Amino acid sequence: MIVVVDYGMGNLRSVTKALEHVSDEPVLVSRNADEILAADRVVFPGQGAARDCMKELQKYQLVDVIRTAAASKPFLGICMGMQVLMQHSEENEGIDCLGWYQGQVKAFKNNIPTQQTVNKQQSVLKIPQMGWNKIEHKNAHPLWQGIESGSRFYFVHSYYVAPKDSALITGQTNYGIDYASAIAKDNIFAIQAHPEKSAEDGLQLLKNFTQWDGQWDGAKENIQ
Amino acid sequence: MGLAKRIIPCLDVRNGRVVKGVNFVGIRDAGDPVEVAARYNREGADEITFLDITASSDDRDTIIHVVEAVASQVFIPLTVGGGIRKVEDIRRLLNAGADKIAINTAAIFNPDLIKEASDYFGSQCIVVAIDAKRVDNNADDSPRWEIFTHGGRKSTGIDAIEWSKKMADYGAGELLVTSMDRDGTKIGFDLELTRKISESVSIPIIASGGVGNLQHMAEGVLAGKADAVLAASIFHFSEYTIGETKQYMADQGIEMRL
Repeated sequence: MIVVVDYGMGNLRSVTKALEHVSDEPVLVSRNADEILAADRVVFPGQGAARDCMKELQKYQLVDVIRTAAASKPFLGICMGMQVLMQHSEENEGIDCLGWYQGQVKAFKNNIPTQQTVNKQQSVLKIPQMGWNKIEHKNAHPLWQGIESGSRFYFVHSYYVAPKDSALITGQTNYGIDYASAIAKDNIFAIQAHPEKSAEDGLQLLKNFTQWDGQWDGAKENIQ
Repeated sequence: MGLAKRIIPCLDVRNGRVVKGVNFVGIRDAGDPVEVAARYNREGADEITFLDITASSDDRDTIIHVVEAVASQVFIPLTVGGGIRKVEDIRRLLNAGADKIAINTAAIFNPDLIKEASDYFGSQCIVVAIDAKRVDNNADDSPRWEIFTHGGRKSTGIDAIEWSKKMADYGAGELLVTSMDRDGTKIGFDLELTRKISESVSIPIIASGGVGNLQHMAEGVLAGKADAVLAASIFHFSEYTIGETKQYMADQGIEMRL
């Protein structure tokens, strides 16, 4: 059983349909602690603002449930589900997140050339980043199987993850700066892009997740 | 190297079927939305936009079923526009599997809808569609555009550049800019309009209205500063495939997903 965690943040239909498309394993959308803890694997999606995500997780008493799942099961964070794993986000004048990993969620607007910061002859970067960008693999994680490094995924976001430990970074993308578009450690994989909206490569990543045993020894598999 | 510019085919949907026609004349059935969307996805479309042109409000629910069916089979972003009036309309379409909702007339009559919707659902899913038309020049001879409704027949008197800034401030995540002077003409985008708007806001811009050939598509990005280009007829009537459009644009030095 795959459980997609439903904490009221955004539409879970697309990710559910995409998982059903690539796997015969039943997919359950749930905010029930027992169901989440009984799952074989957990998908943690999310969209909207970090403040609202944290508020809803607390409202449904899911903070400890997510921590328990993240400690033990194959766990896939998507978009905001990646960002809230960090300690703190710059969004909403600063908001504390789950703190599973050390590091910040930073605003593109403070760190890349935008309409406000460059003159009109230079090319500017729009915020949110919306569209298909490349993910360069930093190591040979099982979820990259069958996906070429540099393949394009669909992104929509204004904030990005900056982990303190760069060994967490398994995928890197450039948007004005190089940033961590996917992080992984042990049984956790988290991606800023939307695999459920990223055509064949996105479906491949989801398929890899549904077949993953949650084992990964990152140190041994580093490319560099 | 980085983010690719997007090609977005736009499909008119009426009573649950894709229809083709020029300026509503000689509309004919062009197939099942799921099949057409799947074909565009295979050809490499970066997103798909559905414009619901169902005439009767009684048949509005058919678009919900169309979105549900397409979103179960086609895994790229889907935008839905046409006849969206209130937050509840947005919620139903998002729950059906739409990723973005394009709002046009309702934003003009009730700008707070954009504030309310982007606050509730997130800016990423709120697209404001802007139908702009050139009006008499300013005193200094610079061009001026106003927002029009009713297919370009009624002016609102609202300045298009000011309106774009206001909608971005209100939380729109993207603007779909259609030149009503160029729509259906096949002589190319109003590049000055798209460039002016693109340089006035920090959110992405989709250029629309007037595409007749591949050079027009490339110009939309290069001279019009658009982040995405939307076209209907050149794809529907198989004048060009999406694949050859993207290759042409890449050959012009534009970053594309190939």
